[in-house]
Amino acid sequence: MPILENLWIIPLLPLLGSAINGLFGAKWSKPVVNSVALGSTGVSFLCAVEAVREFLAGGSQPFRKEFFDWIVAGNFRAGFDLQLDQLTVVMLLVVTGVGFLIHIYSTGYMAHEEGYYRFFSYLNLFMFFMLILVLAANYVLLFVGWEGVGLCSYLLIGFYFLKKSAADAGKKAFIVNRIGDFGFMLGMFLLFRTFHSLDFSTVFAAAAKPEVAIEPIGQFGVLTIACLLLFVGAIGKSAQLPLYVWLPDAMEGPTPVSALIHAATMVTAGVYMVARSHVLFTHAPTAMYVVAIVGCATAIFAATIGLVQSDIKKVLAYSTVSQLGYMFLACGVGAFGAGIFHLMTHAFFKALLFLSAGSVIHAMGGEQDMWNMGGLGKKIRTTFLCMLFGTIAIAGFPPFAAFFSKDSILFSAYNYGQNGKALYAVGLLAAILTSFYMFRLIWLTFAGEKRYDEHKVHVHESPLSMTGPLMILAFLSLTGGWFAAPALWGGKDYFAEFLSPVFGAGEHGGAESSSLEYVLSGVAVAAAFAGLIVAWRMYAKNVKRGTSEGVHKLLYNKYYVDEIYAAVIIRPLMWLSTNVLWKVVDAGMIDGAVNGVADGAAAVGDTVRHTQSGNTRSYAVWVVVGAMVLLGIVFWPILHPALFGGVR
Amino acid sequence: MVPTNYYLILSAILFGLGVLAFVFKRNIITLFMAIELMLNAVNLAFVAFSQALGKPDGEVFVLFVIVVAAAEAAVGLGIIILTARNRRSLNVEHVDLLKL
Repeated sequence: MPILENLWIIPLLPLLGSAINGLFGAKWSKPVVNSVALGSTGVSFLCAVEAVREFLAGGSQPFRKEFFDWIVAGNFRAGFDLQLDQLTVVMLLVVTGVGFLIHIYSTGYMAHEEGYYRFFSYLNLFMFFMLILVLAANYVLLFVGWEGVGLCSYLLIGFYFLKKSAADAGKKAFIVNRIGDFGFMLGMFLLFRTFHSLDFSTVFAAAAKPEVAIEPIGQFGVLTIACLLLFVGAIGKSAQLPLYVWLPDAMEGPTPVSALIHAATMVTAGVYMVARSHVLFTHAPTAMYVVAIVGCATAIFAATIGLVQSDIKKVLAYSTVSQLGYMFLACGVGAFGAGIFHLMTHAFFKALLFLSAGSVIHAMGGEQDMWNMGGLGKKIRTTFLCMLFGTIAIAGFPPFAAFFSKDSILFSAYNYGQNGKALYAVGLLAAILTSFYMFRLIWLTFAGEKRYDEHKVHVHESPLSMTGPLMILAFLSLTGGWFAAPALWGGKDYFAEFLSPVFGAGEHGGAESSSLEYVLSGVAVAAAFAGLIVAWRMYAKNVKRGTSEGVHKLLYNKYYVDEIYAAVIIRPLMWLSTNVLWKVVDAGMIDGAVNGVADGAAAVGDTVRHTQSGNTRSYAVWVVVGAMVLLGIVFWPILHPALFGGVR
Repeated sequence: MVPTNYYLILSAILFGLGVLAFVFKRNIITLFMAIELMLNAVNLAFVAFSQALGKPDGEVFVLFVIVVAAAEAAVGLGIIILTARNRRSLNVEHVDLLKL
């Protein structure tokens, strides 16, 4: 059966798995839950591979099919339309492939947890929404996936919902994302107002016409406003400045969730959306510039915070924020292909790093503070080697994946306009910091003396269900960038070429830029080495946790951003909610109205009940009075002149 | 021939007396008789109209009313006898179990 014609089957399978496990899983044993969850995801992955094979066999023609009408109102139509082009292919394989590996890993990691079936039900539901997001052929359906993954993120961050910090982190993620989603919705409204459609094909075809960009709202073009609003959505979802604060807190969730949702797939949805809307963005240079600046600023900002964190997952969380900044930097300078390339390689090595960290935490019996680890390299060798692969990959050493993707981003930034050099310099600095904090993590965790009590912690290597995915991801982290490798010796960048039908011809120039690329690659590798050397000097030997002062304290406390938000936004909002909305509006007006009606009815009843005396003759009097009144009403027209002496 | 008005005025007077007696008297038997008086005042009006209009409808109604009144008298007297036994009184003021 051709899968391509029945594309809906790819997202539907995880949805079925989620529904079956969610409804019946509570009574089933773990192997049954496993087979449902892994089966649905695995078959979905195979379907995705088959669909991609058919897509490539069919000459790589963009495929689009309308399955059914979902919302039809006036001239507005939002259908369940799915599409498959080169960009979707990359996302589809990353989501289903990495998702499947993380499902396998989760069977080992979550083996001793309560709510096993619930976890896999949520995880499958996430896969469903993420696949809807990447397959959607219009903004409305994309938004369904967008909100759906947000919901699953909330559910999974708060998976240990009895723990207050986890429940709070879930709420924080959801609420911060609302800000971004509001911008996204406004952007969609503006697009619909301008183009009278939200289908990608219609909008992009219309936006490509030159007269659209000059229609002004104020002094900017309508596309600039729309792109900035869409980018606000991406800022929320992809944890960029200033809405990144939810992602580090999201580490309260189980580690596979951090790997799947908060590193590999969901947080990259913003990058995907910007890349998908590249036609709009390329017609809005101001918006592009904002994207580049925000991405670049986030990359360096988050990297500096990551330098000093002590929680192994927090380091990786800030690293994720920083790497997402790189992706936006790429999109901002117009190198959408490089951004998606980094998205893919990041999905491999960051999932690997998170899963390895999970394996370390598993081995340490739940300990996450790196200052309480040390010397683990000999005891959990497989995990150590896998994590080392991921670290070398993210630091950008050749021939690992991020060397190619980060290199092409920095190269594109360097060639971007007059401010490109500055963006490049900041990006390069962030690369040094990345290398530093990742090797710091390696040395603190795996090298040196052990800093934990061996009698209390029984360090053990994880089962094959966990190390297996690690090894596969380690392999991908090594080879994932090789599509672009031939470009180094003058060949083709196969990844850029594959995506070129979507993004247009790449910006890689001829021979004279090639020599520049060698120089920049060399500089990037030197930067990675610099970070490594500094980390080695500081952390390779016996280290003790120092006191926190000055800049270190500022960084350790994350620039006090959470505290600033609390003082500037949350505190006033709480005051307003408590003193006005609660005490005046809710307790005073709403409750007052409801209670007032009730009190009024009671008071009237209390008065009127005295007519019910229980005395028979008083009732008789009421009957008589009633009869008199009725007679009076009936005969009023006749009596009226007679009473006032009028004579006919 | 006596004009219909006279019958109606007499009927109204009898009805009014019945109402007054029902409201002001306390003995249950008296109340009962007041009800009968009101019923018969209405009967008088019915036959008066029947005669004036030359149609038998009113007389048929009167027969109905008499039958219902007889049935009501049977039930009512039964209730009165029980009340009198239980309360050793025929005063309607003492029948006030429904009072709050």
